[in-house]
Amino acid sequence: MESLTFEYRGGVPIESPRIPVIAGVVGSGNLEILLEAEGPADHCTIVVVTAAAGFGAIWQAVMDDFVARHKPGGVRLSINDVGATPAVVSLRLEQAWDAFQGGSA
Amino acid sequence: MNGDWSRAARSREGRVARGMIAGGGRIVSRKKIIELLEAVIEPGDRVCIEGNNQKQADFLSKSLAATDPAKVRELHLVQSVLALPSHVDLIERGQVARIDFSFSGPQAGRLAKLVEGGRIQIGAIHTYLELFGRYFIDLTPQVALIAAQMADAEGNLYTGPNTEDTPAIVEATAFKNGLVIAQVNQIVDKLPRVDIPAGWVNFVVQAPTPHYVEPLFTRDPAQISEIQVLMAMMAIKGIYAEYGITRLNHGIGFDTAAIELLLPTYAAELGLRGKICTHWALNPHPTLIPAIEAGFVKSVHCFGSEVGMEPYVAARPDIFFVGADGSMRSNRAFSQTAGHYACDLFIGSTLQIDLAGNSSTATKGRIAGFGGAPNMGADARGRRHASPAWLKAGSEDARNTGMPRGRKLVVQTVETFREHMEPAFVERLDAWEVGESAGMALPPVMIYGDDVSHIITEEGIANLLLCRTAEEREQAIRGVAGYTQVGLARDRRAVENLRDRGIVRRPEDLGINPRLATRDLLAARSIKDLVRASGGLYDPPKRFRNW
Repeated sequence: MESLTFEYRGGVPIESPRIPVIAGVVGSGNLEILLEAEGPADHCTIVVVTAAAGFGAIWQAVMDDFVARHKPGGVRLSINDVGATPAVVSLRLEQAWDAFQGGSA
Repeated sequence: MNGDWSRAARSREGRVARGMIAGGGRIVSRKKIIELLEAVIEPGDRVCIEGNNQKQADFLSKSLAATDPAKVRELHLVQSVLALPSHVDLIERGQVARIDFSFSGPQAGRLAKLVEGGRIQIGAIHTYLELFGRYFIDLTPQVALIAAQMADAEGNLYTGPNTEDTPAIVEATAFKNGLVIAQVNQIVDKLPRVDIPAGWVNFVVQAPTPHYVEPLFTRDPAQISEIQVLMAMMAIKGIYAEYGITRLNHGIGFDTAAIELLLPTYAAELGLRGKICTHWALNPHPTLIPAIEAGFVKSVHCFGSEVGMEPYVAARPDIFFVGADGSMRSNRAFSQTAGHYACDLFIGSTLQIDLAGNSSTATKGRIAGFGGAPNMGADARGRRHASPAWLKAGSEDARNTGMPRGRKLVVQTVETFREHMEPAFVERLDAWEVGESAGMALPPVMIYGDDVSHIITEEGIANLLLCRTAEEREQAIRGVAGYTQVGLARDRRAVENLRDRGIVRRPEDLGINPRLATRDLLAARSIKDLVRASGGLYDPPKRFRNW
């Protein structure tokens, strides 16, 4: 198990209030993402607990891209990962963000 | 000249005469099979033990590996696969001097050790078509040990749906003074049809158990991931629809199974029924059933059969190549030829792709071979007939300057990371090291980069045809290589430039929303769904039944 935390600033504050959403499942090769409104309005905090240690640089790159794409502000993501590939992580992030925005996941 | 032009013919007569004595006749009792093999095989003979990744002459192979090494020795094996333990046993027993083959699959590790230990010399590792070709030039078998379903008392053979390599092997052997020995599952009074005439067969033995057949092409839809669905959507919309691909071959795997299962749903919604995927060189993939039932498919020619698909195939003679007796006839040599020359597209997965687009499935410590993929996954430079897809690809090919010509589409579809975070994109293929340690003349590359037209990953499609320089090509590949080291080292500005020119296309550039890539799009989500789609005709092997 490895725990990683990523902090971003300069996000666009989300329109509140928002209902927390969960995307994905805890299962082999998959992950679960909890996305909720929390923290200062331009902050985004991402906490990853992953079963596969040693991939911090890749997580960083995936999260950088996600944050650059959506500029989340006042948001916290909690991720439980069971060895998902970056492709799956990105897809789940998009699904979670979409649901959070009120779209259809 | 000495005027003696029939030495080989007399040698065959001698072998047949010795075999008749040792085997007690043309139909040989299984108890006498070892004696028969010892009587007819001479030291240094080229021997073909029939087998592919599907059916296997397993009884004859086991029997050969039980012969006296003092009598049966210095053999030169010339055969499609070294896949059975008995194939490698024969080598370990010191009865084989040299092997020429195509594929070793499950025995790849044992084979690598034997080569490294100097126990065996590899002539060459071929594609199936190359090896079949050499059967008619310089590697004609002196003895072929083949597998058929049934024989009659005269020695006519019925090979049925799993005809596979038999015609190519027997044609070469029987007409060049060789000896053909067949193992059959059954000896019957009357065959459903004659696939190999008795005059081409010297001895027949009924095996104690039916010849082994591997259900190699069955993929359980339950294991298809959303990423594979996404990549299948990109293949259909970004390549099949754009080029109007009607004639094609699919490699084996979950990526291509996903495409097959998206035809009746996603492709149909795009209005592509009748416009794509009508004519196939393909084994009877169970995952093609929903597309066939939805009227997508007009014709399928098969390399071999697939366990459990026989009743379904027999009930769809408008689609498959079926004999007057009602059962399918496959033929690997012809289907490989069709895949190479008559198809506009090949798509398949791989293990590693380098910066030039070369791909390989060779990994350290294993000599796995090639099978048929390189012939499918290669531009057919000798092709002359035109089709809209072939012409469009040719018009895009930056290397086609001056004389206009067409181009086959060769597509590699890979998730950027495989299981256990193994990157699919690498700076240097493991094939280099495998080639060196096995003393091969060349690194074992499955598909050469200059044959690849497109690479699909979850990140998008790279169109390599449109790349004008090696640098553009490298950046196009990096541009879809995701978060692998190769992908992270991309020149972002160069990749965006390629994207502006349509060389790199993201899902959104294709009008595809990745969030809609769910398993709900699959026309079947389980083996049971496939059985249902077939109207109960598909009879899956036990290991795929989980209900």
